[in-house]
Amino acid sequence: MTTSIQTAAPMEGARPFVSITISVNGKPMEIAAGTTVEGLLTLLNVKREYTAVAVNRDITPKSTYTAVTLSDGDKVEIVRPMGGG
Amino acid sequence: MYDTNLVLGGKEFTSRLIVGTGKYSSLDVMRDAHEASGTEIITVAVRRVSLPSGESILDYIDTKRFTLLPNTAGCYTADEAVRTCYLAREAGLGEMVKLEVIGDQRTLFPDVQGLLEATKTLARDGFIVMPYSNDDPVMARKLQDAGAACVMPLGAPIGSGLGIRNPYNIKIILESVTVPVIVDAGVGTASDAAIAMELGCDGVLMNTAIAGSRDAVAMAKAMKLAVEAGRLAYKAGRIGKKLYATASSPLEGLPDWTS
Repeated sequence: MTTSIQTAAPMEGARPFVSITISVNGKPMEIAAGTTVEGLLTLLNVKREYTAVAVNRDITPKSTYTAVTLSDGDKVEIVRPMGGG
Repeated sequence: MYDTNLVLGGKEFTSRLIVGTGKYSSLDVMRDAHEASGTEIITVAVRRVSLPSGESILDYIDTKRFTLLPNTAGCYTADEAVRTCYLAREAGLGEMVKLEVIGDQRTLFPDVQGLLEATKTLARDGFIVMPYSNDDPVMARKLQDAGAACVMPLGAPIGSGLGIRNPYNIKIILESVTVPVIVDAGVGTASDAAIAMELGCDGVLMNTAIAGSRDAVAMAKAMKLAVEAGRLAYKAGRIGKKLYATASSPLEGLPDWTS
């Protein structure tokens, strides 16, 4: 017996759902292709204040969060201040 | 007594004590200790957010009152340290950075070669660079020439509490540079901070000595007083050291008790 997964037929002209795998703070994560940095932060519910993001070692300025689209294999680092001396 | 302010990259500070945010028993204790220390500058580390992101250390620091000083602790190369500073700036933590490039895991002694390289890069890019260095007067001058806003020689290894191990080198550093000299690391108790200030240092940076003490709030107050006392003693000008006694009371005018 086979199990068929019902998927909605993509709308005319719509992009079919494709997932990519990225690394977020060292952990692998599957997200939809086309996700932006802004989308990722929203997905993860990350506070924006005093937070910074780097993609593949390069700092992503806040002003470009909505413009930068993540690609398969990207390494994302999300940091903020912690206790230290 | 009139005193000048501590000037770092054009910013003026009244307090000469810089404190950290690590290793406190609770964030409430940390906030109270900051208050008791009278500090105006507080160091923070820059680390990966825990997901989901919970309570932030900045919920316990009034960023309108205190200047944040992100550090590059844990960085072993100039490249890592520079990138961390860019991240800190992008995160909105300002342009003043406590630059650490560590060269050895056990002692946490600085890699001065990497430190110098990172100082040059960051100073060129507009950062107010405060490098954590060894107590070498030659390196202090090189860091100053590279654009450092101050030099921060260690008194002893980070977190060791061994005090100012080489006061003579600190003294020579004070004569070698014109930028402020801030002793960073090694302070164990109040007298260590006072010694640094009595030598003529412009400030003291500490974390463990306060956060690791049994009563962090009381120790923070002790450090505030020690830094102030040491600074006053330095400005007042101590007496010279002599091997033999010099009487404090007049030698003349003693009554004659001979019979």
